[in-house]
Amino acid sequence: MHPAPSVIIFTSLSGLGFGLMAWLGIGIPPVGGFAAFAFFLIAYLLAVGGLLASTAHLGNPGKAIHAFSQWRTSWLSREGISSIATLLVMGVYAFNLIFLGQRIQILGWLGAALALFTVFTTSMIYAQLKTVPRWNTGLTSVLFLSYAISGGALLAGLVNIAVVLLLLLTLVQIIAWQTGDKRFRTAGHSLETATGLGNLGKVRLLEPPHSSPNYLLKEMVFTVGRKHALKLRTISALTLGLLPVLLLVAMPFNLVMVALAIVLHVIGVFTARWLFFAEAEHVVGLYYDKR
Amino acid sequence: MTALPQTTQKKLGLVIDLDICVGCHACVTNCKEWNTSNYGAPLSDIDAYGAEPMGTFLNRVHTYEVRQEGCNAQTVHFPKSCLHCEDAPCVTVCPTGASYKREEDGIVLVNEDRCMGCGLCAWACPYGARELDQLAGVMKKCTLCVDRIYNENLPEEDRVPACVRTCPAGARHFGDFADPDSNVSRLTAERGGMELMPEQGTAPVNRYLPPRPKTDIGGENKIDILAPFLEPVVNDEATQDQPGGFLGWLDKALEKI
Repeated sequence: MHPAPSVIIFTSLSGLGFGLMAWLGIGIPPVGGFAAFAFFLIAYLLAVGGLLASTAHLGNPGKAIHAFSQWRTSWLSREGISSIATLLVMGVYAFNLIFLGQRIQILGWLGAALALFTVFTTSMIYAQLKTVPRWNTGLTSVLFLSYAISGGALLAGLVNIAVVLLLLLTLVQIIAWQTGDKRFRTAGHSLETATGLGNLGKVRLLEPPHSSPNYLLKEMVFTVGRKHALKLRTISALTLGLLPVLLLVAMPFNLVMVALAIVLHVIGVFTARWLFFAEAEHVVGLYYDKR
Repeated sequence: MTALPQTTQKKLGLVIDLDICVGCHACVTNCKEWNTSNYGAPLSDIDAYGAEPMGTFLNRVHTYEVRQEGCNAQTVHFPKSCLHCEDAPCVTVCPTGASYKREEDGIVLVNEDRCMGCGLCAWACPYGARELDQLAGVMKKCTLCVDRIYNENLPEEDRVPACVRTCPAGARHFGDFADPDSNVSRLTAERGGMELMPEQGTAPVNRYLPPRPKTDIGGENKIDILAPFLEPVVNDEATQDQPGGFLGWLDKALEKI
């Protein structure tokens, strides 16, 4: 799948933003006043920035308002509604906390649940697709939620919790890579099943239907850069969790170290998300005899 | 709403005969011609006369080679367009309600006034049947020529999809799969019409008729039908290099001058 910057920025940043919101919603850390304002500002900038970036992926962003209508069947529609609901509920909670000094805990809990549900709906946009076997697994949702919760903890400055969660995230990510590599083969799709000609023999493409690429090839048969996948996975696994954890545990604790850990983590998130798309193989590639 | 209908009254679709298709791309061309000049946004081309021309098409013809161990390879031309699946994953993923499957005849369509061009339906389709038009930013797909098949302004013989009407080989058939006596139902039953990628669970309506088995002339009792006709007419060593007939006469005549 084409690793479009818009969807990479969208899923990475909004995941971090909603993850931070979930922690703020349940009141860990128990901030108030200006500190709460700063935390909520960061969370909103990330979440809203990510959502706005996603509109760059649309052919007709002006019609995006219709995307709130199909929640009965569409995970993308549910994602839109859930994100707006989260931003509204958390907005009321944050306003009371920052300006009135009141913590309406029930709203905080509701907002936190909505924030995590939003991340879940984002993951389901990808996990629902049978056409991309690497994504079509419950592990995709576990992965997206792990990213949000651990990254959110790091942003919230919860050093002890973040250290444990970041290590868990790295483990989940490595498992996702390893199992993901086998999924296309075990799903059983081949050029023979795609054409129905398998009982006549081995099928290969003799002539493609067009000499130049088309929308399908550009969007769904992206094969550039896969040869660097192993290097990128290593870079991602290190910057995602191991290096930030080392900084937080082994170095003297101060704000610079936390900031550096966050920068490293975000580099790891973007690298892993690039791989999430670039390594995903769509079954339509079979018709072109390439994946 | 992007919920799929429980059942549809008709199941309109195509039968494509892989035994007959000669891969001439006439269906591709006539599909583009009809659908760029009628319903909805035109099917745009980008850099049409440049080094890398690209365009939106609703129907494409792949060509495959099938080879069984020890047998001759077989060429199969393979037209591919929307299969109007009964369990169409492209419809249910649509967030705007632009994609829908019609209850009355099962045709899967896109309402371009609602489509925001997110492309998720194209991701959900295993067959590559949907292409986002790069100029209009809306999703384009086969409409089964819904603006031809019910169009009373057209002569009756033209009320079939453009690809079916134009196929010079008769490899494409249009009909109602819900009717067991229809042309497409009978062809499917007689010839073992198959679904593409059935393991995706999309229940496609369109069916493909497999190529008929070829006469094996390459096995043990090898009969080369053409060989006798390709034998040199005269085997005499003396005349081997001498052309006969008109060329021979011309050769001799030129010698004499």
